[in-house]
Amino acid sequence: MSFPWAKEYTPAHPFTKWIDEKLPLPRFVFNAVGAGYPVPRNLNYAWNFGILAGFCLMLQIVTGVILAMHYAANQTVAFDSVEHIMRDVNWGWMMRYAHANGASAFFVVVYIHIFRGFFYSSYKAPREMIWLLGVVIFLLMMATAFMGYVLPWGQMSFWGAKVITGLFGAIPLVGEPIQQWLLGGFAPDNAALNRFFSLHFLLPFVIAGVVILHIWALHIPGSSNPTGVEVKTESDTVPFHPYYTAKDGFGLGVFLIGYCTMLFFFPNALGHPDNYIPANPMQTPAHIVPEWYFWPFYAILRAFTQDFLFFPAKLLGVLAMFSAILVWFFLPWLDRSPVRSGHFRPTFRKFFYLLVIDLLVLGYCGGSPAAEPYVMISQIASIYYFAHFLIILPIVSAIERPEPLPFSITEAVLGHDQGAALATPQPA
Amino acid sequence: MIRILSILVGLFFSAALTWSVGLGAYSYVTEPPKETVEEAFHLHPHEPAGGFSFNGLFGKFDNQQLQRGFKVYSEVCANCHALKLVAFRDLKAIGYNDDEVKAIAAKYQIPEYDPTTGEVKSHAGLAKDRFPPVVYAGSGHPPDLSLVTKARHGGAEYVYSLLTGYAEQPAELLKRFPEAKTPDGLYYNPYFANLNIAMPEPLASDDQVTYSDGTKATKAQMAADVAAFLTWTAEPKLDKRKQTGWAVLGFLLFATTLAYMAYRNIWAGKKGH
Repeated sequence: MSFPWAKEYTPAHPFTKWIDEKLPLPRFVFNAVGAGYPVPRNLNYAWNFGILAGFCLMLQIVTGVILAMHYAANQTVAFDSVEHIMRDVNWGWMMRYAHANGASAFFVVVYIHIFRGFFYSSYKAPREMIWLLGVVIFLLMMATAFMGYVLPWGQMSFWGAKVITGLFGAIPLVGEPIQQWLLGGFAPDNAALNRFFSLHFLLPFVIAGVVILHIWALHIPGSSNPTGVEVKTESDTVPFHPYYTAKDGFGLGVFLIGYCTMLFFFPNALGHPDNYIPANPMQTPAHIVPEWYFWPFYAILRAFTQDFLFFPAKLLGVLAMFSAILVWFFLPWLDRSPVRSGHFRPTFRKFFYLLVIDLLVLGYCGGSPAAEPYVMISQIASIYYFAHFLIILPIVSAIERPEPLPFSITEAVLGHDQGAALATPQPA
Repeated sequence: MIRILSILVGLFFSAALTWSVGLGAYSYVTEPPKETVEEAFHLHPHEPAGGFSFNGLFGKFDNQQLQRGFKVYSEVCANCHALKLVAFRDLKAIGYNDDEVKAIAAKYQIPEYDPTTGEVKSHAGLAKDRFPPVVYAGSGHPPDLSLVTKARHGGAEYVYSLLTGYAEQPAELLKRFPEAKTPDGLYYNPYFANLNIAMPEPLASDDQVTYSDGTKATKAQMAADVAAFLTWTAEPKLDKRKQTGWAVLGFLLFATTLAYMAYRNIWAGKKGH
């Protein structure tokens, strides 16, 4: 679906006409990210991050495929093969740093993309399916990133794999067999390394597939916008190309400057030094921490220190950690406010900013040792995390009085008088 | 219905966490955690006077220093610590020519397993060979040093601080933590994670090595030089990485400026305000 005023693809040259009849791929691109896709004219920079996430996915696939040409997934040589890439492969150091920092960059832009969705309630009807697919993508990304971190077979790789697969051991009755089945053994070993490599190679292409569905679902209602008011007339929109291709081009440049600064000047700043020590099953690192993008969820996992009712603490932690992401699936039905944008929801807005702070606090605690005061802080922050989505959001959205909305996107951009004149449908 | 369920689930997690906080707070009050000897006396690594040449956005290796550091490594550290990821041919990058590299390599014996007889023979090192394993006669495992500056918090600063940080145990430490007296066979070093390291002070006196470039081989100088050398072994592409980075950033700044101008140009008249 698109808006009735969307431009139609009209090939002029006989060759493009011929292509259009046989395989209308140029028409498809024109309608997806070209002049044929009308987009609200008022998108702010928060709307740049979807394209950036897509760019990161491609970056990871390209650098990852090149790394796979030189990497060896065998526990006796995996660590040294990574160092072979760093030392002897032409530009191998750049490929590896680009891939490792690319994972961090991917999570940075995806977190901003998700929080854009929280603030502007991008998950609300008619865009629920886009949101659900987005959560699926995020879960797949987490699995992919976790398995990728295991591949260099350093100390954190090994012990991270042991801790994370150990979580499945907390499931009552079947936990231990599941853990052994996942690892292909009693501890992370060659079998685990091989399957992690295989899946780490596969999952990015699964992600790419879900991304296609995500964008397909987006093109049905069209993009949301900062006012949350739906598009009414042609004057509310501009064609994606050249308006948003130009804006995304600039956004991509800014992103690349930040990313390349990390890659070329601080390539190990986000990694952990212990992963430059080869995996040693006989020596546990002092502090086992995952990569930074898992810290908030790691803090939630570790916040459950006491058994409660019939639930052992470890099981509670595992349930809570997975629930922390699974609750996002229910957001479209938990937030019942008819108003989308946080700009017009004064109470919701305050809780949103609290949530941002809460996640930063959780992240900080998740990266710190499991000692006081971090445990107590992460317990309080975890309470807020669940209360926010499961209790506060349903109640606030039911009782809040939103501020008045603009009549249309055009009015929001141009001011009342000019906007009203343009937004009134002209007689044909 | 879904909202009632969600509130119930939310209350369940909140109650379980409140229970955890409560019990945690209770034991925190009844048995407050005591400061450990590591928390009280561990020191953070610091740079040598004058800093390292390779730090900072424009920092580069100083080949003179790397060669001095290599001398310290091969005369002192190499008695116990291997450097298995580094090949002799790599030494060309720190300013040795082909003949010098061959001469250095030839001083090492490279063990070689003969698959037909099962014997381990050895041959004189060639430029293509890597530094051979080091057989350590004592107990314990002196770590391979190829990556050590990337494998420790603080990197080169840590190596420098550790090498120059050997000291007598402070009297105050023994007064506050009498049980933390350094055991026999270990050495007090406040830069080491648990304060007691098995390695005896390797650079115990000035002029332990003789530098061929005339630099005075003080303890601090030797420690800084070997820390620099080990930074090179861990990150041999550091200079190339930063050079490339500046070229890339220069291009990106230019391209992003153009992209910004294109964006402003295309949007002119569409913004309203």
